[in-house]
Amino acid sequence: MTLSRRAATEAWRLLGHLKETLGHPRRASWAVRSRRCRQCLCFMRKMLAAVSRVLSGASQKPASRVLVASRNFANDATFEIKKCDLHRLEEGPPVTTVLTREDGLKYYRMMQTVRRMELKADQLYKQKIIRGFCHLCDGQEACCVGLEAGINPTDHLITAYRAHGFTFTRGLSVREILAELTGRKGGCAKGKGGSMHMYAKNFYGGNGIVGAQVPLGAGIALACKYNGKDEVCLTLYGDGAANQGQIFEAYNMAALWKLPCIFICENNRYGMGTSVERAAASTDYYKRGDFIPGLRVDGMDILCVREATKFAAAYCRSGKGPILMELQTYRYHGHSMSDPGVSYRTREEIQEVRSKSDPIMLLKDRMVNSNLASVEELKEIDVEVRKEIEDAAQFATADPEPPLEELGYHIYSSDPPFEVRGANQWIKFKSVS
Amino acid sequence: MAAVSGLVRRPLREVTVRDAINQGMDEELERDEKVFLLGEEVAQYDGAYKVSRGLWKKYGDKRIIDTPISEMGFAGIAVGAAMAGLRPICEFMTFNFSMQAIDQVINSAAKTYYMSGGLQSVPIVFRGPNGASAGVAAQHSQCFAAWYGHCPGLKVVSPWNSEDAKGLIKSAIRDNNPVVVLENELMYGVPFEFPPEAQSKDFLIPIGKAKIERQGTHITVVSHSRPVGHCLEAAAVLSKEGVECEVINMRTIRPMDMETIEASVMKTNHLVTVEGGWPQFGVGAEICARIMEGISKKLVLEYSQAVVNIMYLNTYSIKRLKARSVWHFSSRKYFKSKSRKSCVQFPGCSCCSCHWC
Repeated sequence: MTLSRRAATEAWRLLGHLKETLGHPRRASWAVRSRRCRQCLCFMRKMLAAVSRVLSGASQKPASRVLVASRNFANDATFEIKKCDLHRLEEGPPVTTVLTREDGLKYYRMMQTVRRMELKADQLYKQKIIRGFCHLCDGQEACCVGLEAGINPTDHLITAYRAHGFTFTRGLSVREILAELTGRKGGCAKGKGGSMHMYAKNFYGGNGIVGAQVPLGAGIALACKYNGKDEVCLTLYGDGAANQGQIFEAYNMAALWKLPCIFICENNRYGMGTSVERAAASTDYYKRGDFIPGLRVDGMDILCVREATKFAAAYCRSGKGPILMELQTYRYHGHSMSDPGVSYRTREEIQEVRSKSDPIMLLKDRMVNSNLASVEELKEIDVEVRKEIEDAAQFATADPEPPLEELGYHIYSSDPPFEVRGANQWIKFKSVS
Repeated sequence: MAAVSGLVRRPLREVTVRDAINQGMDEELERDEKVFLLGEEVAQYDGAYKVSRGLWKKYGDKRIIDTPISEMGFAGIAVGAAMAGLRPICEFMTFNFSMQAIDQVINSAAKTYYMSGGLQSVPIVFRGPNGASAGVAAQHSQCFAAWYGHCPGLKVVSPWNSEDAKGLIKSAIRDNNPVVVLENELMYGVPFEFPPEAQSKDFLIPIGKAKIERQGTHITVVSHSRPVGHCLEAAAVLSKEGVECEVINMRTIRPMDMETIEASVMKTNHLVTVEGGWPQFGVGAEICARIMEGISKKLVLEYSQAVVNIMYLNTYSIKRLKARSVWHFSSRKYFKSKSRKSCVQFPGCSCCSCHWC
């Protein structure tokens, strides 16, 4: 049953009448006998039923808007965020920030989408629909959404293998990502890349070799400087990769040539199964750049990440050279799907982080407490996101795999078609660029 | 006018390999803004072997970049720049040092186009001297043709003379794929005649095509890079004894031009491969394996008369041939008897191990 505007007004009037009647000591006993009150009660029951249908996702927008619009939300709110630790910097990002309602809802939706997408990938993996590698980033949503919020779509980003969140925030749809995970032809790399090799415009993957993406990112920054377009490159790596030698080579050249590169260490405390204390002589990853200024950021707070990213991007764009950011974050899942994640850390630790610092929960609390959104509205977003993910998973499961004839495609770029040898000299595959 | 030697078009027709590479790079740098060169000592030092002499003075710091001694780092930076749309030439002082950076060459450059489903191309050139030099000891003398030639997604070229060097470096820079150019330090100073067409700014040698340097009828000699010169010298000596060698300069290691080699072997029925790399799992081993597996179907149809002269098909491939209807005519006529005398060949030939002769 849809509630029209007229019906809603009627309902309010009846409620008012009921309030009056029940409030009066003598009239109350006659309340249920009164035809008007019975009508009112009946109407209220129907209204409540309609409301519950609306909230459970029958998506009768006009009804919800009528209910919700009757509340006035604030347009924006100011929040205090944690101060960042600084290395070789006089000033850091601001300690207060303004969040608009629109931005808040957008970030909430994006973080919830990443979270649900990762959980759906977990589910599909356990059903053996996704195979091979699958590194999930649930718990680290504030990093991918916060970084995207601090840069422009024309800026560049490159990361390692825990890349599904970044692939989404950089513009690919959940359908394409899940289809790539299941290895179908509707995937963003036509099923040939898988979890670790997804590419989009100004997003360079998805790289399997730990640490190799850091010199690549410095190279992209070189191209930004070469082209003179005021773009920056965000180069991400983890706490485990931070000990790779090629990263220090990249730091040296980036600082020497003043490349507009933001080196970002996503410190989730564990490099596969090795905690940072067991892997690094110095766990102050933001200082590891030595001559490169650094800041340590709370990676579970999206606003903190956003402000730090804006600060770092402004620093790079001004031509001062590279800068380093350490995002202190946490992953709920193990290193990959073959790792339960509890042999090197305790369940209590995971639970503690989930209950105290979950990025989605933090944003939700902030928004609800400062009247930027209501719980119902956010629940509505949850429901829509769930539906979107379900549809995408449906597509990813039903889409066909790439045909065998295309096995040899895309070996060389811009070349005329040629033949590729298969398992023996009589099996030939055609290769088209 | 202090004309820097690498940039002047010599009126003489002899150009050294060094100058040919220099010319090739200079022309491509001029033609396309996106091309740039980076490597150790390429700028102010004029190149460790003076191959990039004069380029820094002409193009400046932005396009000719001296790097610190960090192969893995600067090779990765070059690959990243290529992914972002530039066209870098990454010089390794020798390819021995490319082993430090081989992960970037193979995993970041060669495989990316395939893994991305055709979305991300990497138009990069890795160049530098490869193979043995004069007394530089084991760590500085390895030939990497077999290592890089193994990987799909990569193109590997190995020029011998000046014409090869200029044509191949220009084709490599214009190619949208990662190309490894294996030069040779001992060839840098050797002058060769430069044909008039090589003087053109658009002189390109197609990647994937071998050249027959010398026609012959008795034996095919296949080689790449500096040994091609040795083969031609050997051919001159042998021709005095009445043995005419057909010398093939491979020019490209990957994709290998098997058709030229096969056609030549069909003609001569003898094959020798000559290379600077180690024999096990080498370039020569690959050529022999492919010849021994049997020639391609296309060649059979073209040289149908020559089918009767085939003696290097092993038993397995003969069975397969019999199964194919297109070969029915020749196979029934020829192979049914499985007679060893079907082989029309020189006695004692050891060009393959099928023991038919």
